[in-house]
Amino acid sequence: MTALPLILTVFVACAVEAIEALTIVLAAGLTREWRSTFQGMAAALAVLAVIVAVLGPTITLLPLTALRLVVGALLAIFGLQWLRKAILRATGHKSLHDEASAYLREVAAAKAASASSRGRVHDWYAFTLAFKGVLLEGLEVVFIVITFGANQHNVGAAVIGAAAAVAVVAVTGIAVRAPLAKVPENAMKFAVGIMLTAFGIFWGAEGAGVSWPGHDAALLVLVPVVALVSLGYTVLLWPRPGRSQVARSSEKAVSS
Amino acid sequence: MKRLKSIGAFWYDFVVGDDWRVATVVVVALALTAVLVHAVGVNAWWLLPACVFAALGWSLRRATRS
Repeated sequence: MTALPLILTVFVACAVEAIEALTIVLAAGLTREWRSTFQGMAAALAVLAVIVAVLGPTITLLPLTALRLVVGALLAIFGLQWLRKAILRATGHKSLHDEASAYLREVAAAKAASASSRGRVHDWYAFTLAFKGVLLEGLEVVFIVITFGANQHNVGAAVIGAAAAVAVVAVTGIAVRAPLAKVPENAMKFAVGIMLTAFGIFWGAEGAGVSWPGHDAALLVLVPVVALVSLGYTVLLWPRPGRSQVARSSEKAVSS
Repeated sequence: MKRLKSIGAFWYDFVVGDDWRVATVVVVALALTAVLVHAVGVNAWWLLPACVFAALGWSLRRATRS
């Protein structure tokens, strides 16, 4: 199997999380101050790099069967989470993640918070906001980088995909100086959910001892099948013309 | 203790997410697959995909009905 599906999946997954992190970083930087924001961001990136550097090589030492069983299970569970949310959002049962309103919420909170300094950090609020935002959004990416990379014995390719996504989002964010609200985040999450679930099923079953018909080529069937089933569920849950807007609004309020 | 609880809650939410039933179905399906392959001698490649699709449908149905 080539490294391309690995790099592309990690790239898209990382881009989605980087867009969410960018919203938080911009709110901290533009509302508070950039120096502390960059310090927080750098500290979070350093923690994430240490996690990849320590866990990446360690996990590849596990026997391949055990690795595939555990990682496959985790990826399938994780992928199903992403797919579930993406389908609920696409069909209006859960409100879409809106970067513009998320940005406004963060800005309001950042303006209301008082300033205090600690050590070399001038604005502790900006530091912690950027640190938490980048760390929490980055953890999902680290999980995908390590599990995907380790299973294909190519953590380096996964890191390349992640780094490229961070670079693209960061450059775009600097150019626009606003949250990237027009990016189709849900469609991207849907695509990543399909890939994670398909790879999770493939590796998990292999780890349990299964021999896939067609071996690696089974993935070429599995990915479209997961996509088709997910699209089928989306069509089934699609709002019907007979349902009132009020009913849909109340459902959204309950599920969000 | 509080800190430990919040760390545990974070990792539970991170890995398992909104619906623990989905995670349970995946783990049980993998265990059943291993039993079928190693104890019964059936190459049950179909079991995990079938369970995953059923779990997703079940979870979506619960979420939209609640």
